[in-house]
Amino acid sequence: MRWFQLLLIIACAVVVAFLLLPLVALFLRVSPGDLIAALGSGVALDALIVTLKTSAIAHLLILGFGTPAAYLLATKRWRGHSATVALIELPLVLPPVVAGIALLSVFGRLGLLGETMDVLGISISFTQAAVVLAVVFVASPFFVRQAIVAFEGVDTGLLEAARTLRASPWRVFSRVALPLAARGLATGSALAFVRGLGEFGATIIFAGSFRGVTQTLPLAIYGELDQDFEAAIAISVLLVLISAALLTAIRWVPSWNPFTLTSR
Amino acid sequence: MGAIVESLHVDFALARRNFDVELSFGLDHGLMAIAGPSGSGKTTLLRTIAGLERPMRGRIGFRDESWFDSERRIDLPPEKRRVGMVFQDFALFPHLSVRDNVAFGGTDRADEMLERMRLRDLQHERPVSLSGGERQRVALARALATNPLVLLLDEPMASLDPALRNEVRAELRDLLGEVAIPTLLVTHDFEDAAALAETIAVMADGKLLQVGTPSELVAAPRDGFVASLTGANVIKGRARAAGDGLSRVDLDGGHTVYSTDAAEGEVDVVVYPWDVAVSLELTQGSTLNHITAPIDSSVVFGNRTRVRLGPVVAELTSASSERLGLEKGMTAIASFKATATRLIPR
Repeated sequence: MRWFQLLLIIACAVVVAFLLLPLVALFLRVSPGDLIAALGSGVALDALIVTLKTSAIAHLLILGFGTPAAYLLATKRWRGHSATVALIELPLVLPPVVAGIALLSVFGRLGLLGETMDVLGISISFTQAAVVLAVVFVASPFFVRQAIVAFEGVDTGLLEAARTLRASPWRVFSRVALPLAARGLATGSALAFVRGLGEFGATIIFAGSFRGVTQTLPLAIYGELDQDFEAAIAISVLLVLISAALLTAIRWVPSWNPFTLTSR
Repeated sequence: MGAIVESLHVDFALARRNFDVELSFGLDHGLMAIAGPSGSGKTTLLRTIAGLERPMRGRIGFRDESWFDSERRIDLPPEKRRVGMVFQDFALFPHLSVRDNVAFGGTDRADEMLERMRLRDLQHERPVSLSGGERQRVALARALATNPLVLLLDEPMASLDPALRNEVRAELRDLLGEVAIPTLLVTHDFEDAAALAETIAVMADGKLLQVGTPSELVAAPRDGFVASLTGANVIKGRARAAGDGLSRVDLDGGHTVYSTDAAEGEVDVVVYPWDVAVSLELTQGSTLNHITAPIDSSVVFGNRTRVRLGPVVAELTSASSERLGLEKGMTAIASFKATATRLIPR
């Protein structure tokens, strides 16, 4: 069976090398000094500000609506429950460009709600609000899906115990379900945030790429590609660093899986 | 009205997959145990009282307070029922300290309960670092800190280390003795029920079969099921009158025994293991019933040994068992008096 062990090792090495090599190449192309210099350039700085602002707002919306929605989906069952979960997950597999078109057909000037909003004097497409909506659309399923799993992982017996201890449904949620699901929620939150940072397709279709308004980091990379390749690489490195930092940070959130209690 | 209303009154029906749980009883004070095999609906009963499960119809309440009433469309959620519940696995919150667990439902009595359950030195620990007995005390303190009207305990001994069973049981009895509210405890173990409760209700397939003190149930089990739950040997046979006020029973397995109970036809013969003596030679004596058979098993429980031979289990001191040199495979004689042999018509 030695040949089989060898096969496994080779396959694993190929996977790791293939995934790591492009990242290594990125870092080899740019020195820390170059990185800072490139980020000092107007385009990168503007894009960073737009990205942080839109991502922060989008993320608050995702957490604010996604957490209670996931809690409901995890703790209650109704007719059409699994269909609802499937629909929520649909944007995960949707090509982002399609998501952009879909958003345009709702909020665009000629879209479903476009005319009504026009009358009210609201225009969303090609504004910063459009960036936020595009990010929420493509990133929220990453959070909601993970959050449902996290809430489902909380022992029902603990939620019931809390109720017999005269806790209101709100108190059961905030004092028991939320802290016990914290690790899973943080994972989902980080995944959604990182996905939102890298959002490109839906944003460029629905919001366009206007420097200082809707041009986020990924759009700036694309914009700089044929003008200033070094700047494009510097911005890319920045995105990699932010993403890696977030994924590492999740490990600091305490995990309360059931085994920590039942083990002797 | 003038009607006497028990403190806790329960009367409901709830459908389960294999049978309906249909129960009607009251509890005024003291500790009542519901004993029955797993899957008989015991936990369902507690969950229904606590409001975690909704019956099809009936009434549940405490004095003039109504918690559930299908006719009046009352169904209070668990948090409005003032029920203290100790779950089988204790359901302690793993992310909270002992103190925060106890104070979860009521901060006012947290200190008092920590003191009473001897948890003060452990109050900053997390549940994960506690022993089974300590977790049980935390669960009890937490349930009582809310000032409940009734206390419900679901299999309080089941998730404990068997080696510590006697110790924890004695401790639990002391602690429950101080609890001044009606307490309902469910268990599959008659010994636990008898050690902890004044009244035992035997339950099977969602119905109460017999209610009584532990000694009443042992002395006069209603049927073979109750008898075997209380730990008796239950052997099927055919009885007929044998003169001198005795009944002769031909056991299905081939032996013959006598009883002072009068019965005819199909019966369950009930004899308690501690009424059965084991010897190697037939001795002259007053004992009427002798069953000679090879020993199938001999299991030591501390200072007691349970020996199974033929259709009966005998319980003797481990010292006697050693003196006789009882071993699996040896042929021995189980003897018991006709006066210790109960007959229950089937």
